[in-house]
Amino acid sequence: MSNIDYEYHADECDCGKDCTFTKEGVATIRADGRDTGKGPLHYKTLNCAIRKAIASDIRTIIIEEVMGQRYIGATASGTDLRIVVHGTPGNSLGAFLNGPTIEVLGNAQDMTGNTMNSGKIIIHGNAWDVTGLSARGGTIMIKGSSGYRVGIHMKEFGKTRPSLVIGGTVKDYLGEYMAGGTILVLGLRSHVDSPVGHNIGAGMHGGRIYVRGKVTSRQLGPGAIISPVTEEDSAELTSLIEEFEGYFGEPVGRDYSNFVKIHPSSSRPFSGYYDKTNI
Amino acid sequence: MSEKTDRPKRMETRLPEKFMPTINYNTCVQCKRCVNECSFQAIDVRDNKVVPKGGCVACGRCIAVCPTSAIEIRPLPSQFPPHGNWTERMRRGIYAQANSGGVLLSSCGTDEPYDVIFEDILLDAAQVTNPSIDPLREPVETRTYLGGRPGRIEVCEGEHMKLCGGEGPIIEMDMPIMLGHVSLGSVSYNTQKALFMAAKELNIIAGSGEGGLHEDFYVYADHICSEVASGRFGVNASYLKNTAAVEIKVGQGAKPGLGGHLPGEKVTKLISETRMIPLGTDALSPYPHHDIYSIEDLQQLISVLKEATEYGRPVGVKIAAVHNVGAIASGIVRAGADFITIDGFKGGTGSAPRVIRDNAGLPIEVAIAVVDKRLTDEGLRNRVTIAAGGGIRCSADMIKAIALGADIAMVSTAAMIAMGCRVCQQCHRGLCPWGIATQREDLMARLDPEQAAARVVRLFRAWNEELREVIGGMGIDSVESLVGNRDRLRYMGPNPKIAEVMGLKTVGEGWG
Ligand code: SF4
Ligand code: SF4
Repeated sequence: MSNIDYEYHADECDCGKDCTFTKEGVATIRADGRDTGKGPLHYKTLNCAIRKAIASDIRTIIIEEVMGQRYIGATASGTDLRIVVHGTPGNSLGAFLNGPTIEVLGNAQDMTGNTMNSGKIIIHGNAWDVTGLSARGGTIMIKGSSGYRVGIHMKEFGKTRPSLVIGGTVKDYLGEYMAGGTILVLGLRSHVDSPVGHNIGAGMHGGRIYVRGKVTSRQLGPGAIISPVTEEDSAELTSLIEEFEGYFGEPVGRDYSNFVKIHPSSSRPFSGYYDKTNI
Repeated sequence: MSEKTDRPKRMETRLPEKFMPTINYNTCVQCKRCVNECSFQAIDVRDNKVVPKGGCVACGRCIAVCPTSAIEIRPLPSQFPPHGNWTERMRRGIYAQANSGGVLLSSCGTDEPYDVIFEDILLDAAQVTNPSIDPLREPVETRTYLGGRPGRIEVCEGEHMKLCGGEGPIIEMDMPIMLGHVSLGSVSYNTQKALFMAAKELNIIAGSGEGGLHEDFYVYADHICSEVASGRFGVNASYLKNTAAVEIKVGQGAKPGLGGHLPGEKVTKLISETRMIPLGTDALSPYPHHDIYSIEDLQQLISVLKEATEYGRPVGVKIAAVHNVGAIASGIVRAGADFITIDGFKGGTGSAPRVIRDNAGLPIEVAIAVVDKRLTDEGLRNRVTIAAGGGIRCSADMIKAIALGADIAMVSTAAMIAMGCRVCQQCHRGLCPWGIATQREDLMARLDPEQAAARVVRLFRAWNEELREVIGGMGIDSVESLVGNRDRLRYMGPNPKIAEVMGLKTVGEGWG
């Protein structure tokens, strides 16, 4: 027999005890639920409280003592909205984000910025696997490192172009299937030979990956190639690096001779792959 | 991703023609309409006379436009020495691949002559002991719901009585039919518009496919189930809100385990805007979702979609019917899905490698029965809606699918045929002469959305009437009472083991 306990309520933050404190247009939510006497907030409760704050026209939301609650800020909209997270948010932080800025004073978990549309996610620690999956706009800045499958299938469209900057290192499968956007790996504080793993850019057919440090062709997946950084690239690099330095105060330097660029060999990787003969 | 090599083409084998448009010059008035209408350029003009040129696929467009019925398409006899094992198809495939080195591509569901289990199943009818119902004088209800079923309902008393547990978002439809997912990109704007219009008129749901949703179609939002596939094309906040239900596409019956490649030439301005991808690049759907490597991961995507829609939409998961489908479906329900869509291996596609289309998956008849049984055994069946398709061709198939355990029959190819599709299996070439599977403006214009929608509406109204007739004849007054009612089916096929797996009695066995 099933032992699933189904909870259908979305209005769980109607528990009667307020976990949100509003002062001068700033809402503060304590995710450990200390003031509700009910223990840490369930992610549904926390997200419901966030949605309520947004609906009541609050433009700054500070969430304290976050302890792994997932999906914070999913589909949040509005470029003037700011969500500050103290602690450790759970998976899919800022999924489908549409304009706001989310700043995390701690580490983020998996799938940060999943299918993000626009806005900014700034992580003052590390962000683990699958960061920026399918992002089509906005910026993700990570001071520390990120894990496996980062930036898979990022894509650009019209004027929106996603950027993902990682201060430290990343593991394997970076930028697979990438269809647009920019990934920058800075390799700061790293002692390894190369700040990126293997199978980079497999199936890549758009976008670009810049790496500060060594990358050999053996690290690349099929469809990706390495080139030196050009004049045109350095303008984009400078602006991303300036933004990074602005958030984290960590100097990167402007010597692009030790950067490499990884980009697709074709925007049509599958042309010629299929046979359409009417057998 | 193949490397392009310029091989010398000296040894290329030319494959013999399969069809020949044959023109009767006694009646032909040389209007040249067929020449202009044939998007495959299989008819030419020579010495001011229309002549066949080769490349005919028997799409039948020329026959439809010829004012004097002067054209007949003849299937040509095999030009190969007969052989029972090395069939003509095998040999043609080998010649083609030896020429190109490519992966053979096709479209529509598999055309291999596999057994149809639906045809091995007979329906029951009421006689004497349980009276049949005449739908003309008594109600036979076909209303159907899509969404999570309340495991329990609690009514709690406060100032007013209210439901305090068990209610979730659920969609009411007038008949147990869902128009399957066909994406803008694989079909034309007009085709998708016609499908949405028909869904609205019939008060049922139509799938958006994985290509995003054009803003023009937001007006049909209440009748659209939008798809979140591995490419996440067009998936953003407004896409998730302008929809009646959200479906995570894990698999498709025609190509289980595979993603999709919409070739760059089909990524026109309209497609690029709707999918939110650059113009003219290949649109690749990765094979897996790279945020789903386990049931736990799937649970998270379901949960984030529920958060994203503020618990206002049912969230489902679509899978291809594969051999372990029962256990997978169980995991999907446990992960919190409100509905499961199962797509059988005969399901259609706008483009799929032949090798997978023709060889992988599970017949939908078996998949429905095993999923229904597994979920029932585990006490989960009452929590979800099951939609099933991939090989449902007529109302009888639909009725049998429901009696085997599906709540909703998912149908696409039949709707396309209603619009004019001849199942010529050329969709992947983007030249559909009927204006269905194409992005070419001139071809697209051949399909009038209003008329096409009206045809689809008439077809499914007729199916629904047939459904009412048949279940009334069984003495059942509501389609919901037919769901999973396998006792009203009997197996008459060659393989009793199949009957056993499906939980069907064989012909001649009574009740109880
Ligand atoms: S219109 Fe269709 S049927 Fe007629 S010749 Fe062209 S391909 Fe053949
Ligand atoms: S949609 Fe068009 S191309 Fe595809 S099978 Fe039907 S008639 Fe042929």
